Amino acid sequence: MIGVLALQGDYSKHLEILEKLKISSCEIRYPHQLNEINGLIIPGGESTTMTDLIERNDLHNNIITFSNKNPILGTCAGLIMMSRSVNDTRVKSLNILDIEVDRNAYGRQVNSFRDELSVSISGKVENISATFIRAPKINRMGRDIEIISSYNNEPVAIKQGIHVGLAFHPELDGITLFHEYTFVKQFNEKSHAA
Amino acid sequence: MAKKGSFEVKVGLAEMLKGGVIMDVMNADQAKISEDAGAVAVMALERIPSEIRKHGGISRASDPQMIKDIQSSVSIPVMAKVRIGHFAEAQILEALEVDFVDESEVLTPADEHNHIWKHDFKVPFVCGCRNLGEALRRVGEGAAMIRTKGEAGSGNIVEAVRHMRQVQSDIKKLTVMNQDELMAVAKDMGAPFTLVEQVAKLGKLPVPNFAAGGIATPADASLMMQLGAETVFVGSGIFASEDPAPRAKAIVDSVAYYKDAAKLVEISTGLKSAMKGLDMSEIPEGERLQERGW
Repeated sequence: MIGVLALQGDYSKHLEILEKLKISSCEIRYPHQLNEINGLIIPGGESTTMTDLIERNDLHNNIITFSNKNPILGTCAGLIMMSRSVNDTRVKSLNILDIEVDRNAYGRQVNSFRDELSVSISGKVENISATFIRAPKINRMGRDIEIISSYNNEPVAIKQGIHVGLAFHPELDGITLFHEYTFVKQFNEKSHAA
Repeated sequence: MAKKGSFEVKVGLAEMLKGGVIMDVMNADQAKISEDAGAVAVMALERIPSEIRKHGGISRASDPQMIKDIQSSVSIPVMAKVRIGHFAEAQILEALEVDFVDESEVLTPADEHNHIWKHDFKVPFVCGCRNLGEALRRVGEGAAMIRTKGEAGSGNIVEAVRHMRQVQSDIKKLTVMNQDELMAVAKDMGAPFTLVEQVAKLGKLPVPNFAAGGIATPADASLMMQLGAETVFVGSGIFASEDPAPRAKAIVDSVAYYKDAAKLVEISTGLKSAMKGLDMSEIPEGERLQERGW
């Protein structure tokens, strides 16, 4: 069972992707629900709002503990929440990915865009159309970060251990490959290799 | 090549605002209070609707300086209103790089026949509606988000409920109709046929559907979410109340936990007075803002 953090944002779009992949899913709003799932999605939305709701509802440390054993996929605001630090003191990130991010780094909504990306995942290269909405940029990364995709020579999709972070929104375009990789394929590949 | 301002990119921002609260603010201080409370966006306007009602006169788009002050004080999206049909005001707001434009019945209409052709803009638009026909006319013109009109500045939820129920029931009817009935319905509701067809197939609006107009309490927000709203706008409900900051925070919490009555008890406890509000019989028909829009 994969949970989608449903405090605020486009969580219903992520549920649609999981449904497409026939992965059972549920909305997560309470710490105890984390015991019932094997993976978590932190969706797009506003990271200041998510910070407030995560803090007020005792989810901060519980999500960090959950991440020690289970994969997390974050998109846009989700990536910001997973980072080590953010250029905005209003956001209290979870330090799951060893990256530093700038919020709204491409500018306001009139600068939001779609463009082609080439993605290297599971030893294959795939081309997708990606949607960036008031997107963040990753401006510093630790050594353990693996880049899955770059845009204008800047990383926009990354992986560290079992966790995946994206600056864009595959869920808006019905793209399933990141969800499938994070929650299914990477584990199949590992057991295969073993 | 990066493609900006497409319909998908516009709707994309509306998707990100789901499950949140968008708050009307009149200055940078209020914008900061809203952001600290957890608002997903603020709507910058010179007077909140309850003040517009009190003062009368012509209501226009806000002073760019006031919008700039708000933009520099918060990191969340900043929206602003233009008069119905006033595409020049919209061009100015687009040049200011506001994140969303509300072509709103709360301001005095500039055109009594035509709304703005919103496809011409890179900035996304939200528009009010009272029924599905009105919603689909606005989507046809390029709106990337729809909200109920309710009755702005009334502090009375009754009209928002009426409009949300109307839209939902109009949608439900379409889903059980045969293809050959849809053209007649499109004609009756004055909506583009292709959009009627799309709604019949999807069973929901093609763009996010938010609630506005009269939300004053956490319970009001929960009610609208349970009726199918995907986010709520709170206009006068926060800054016309006795103690805005705790109320703002409570309404944010009530949208995230709208189905959890026990939690709503906790959220609603100890808030000072809500805005006073008006019964619909106290608002003469000619002064009802929801009648504006065509």
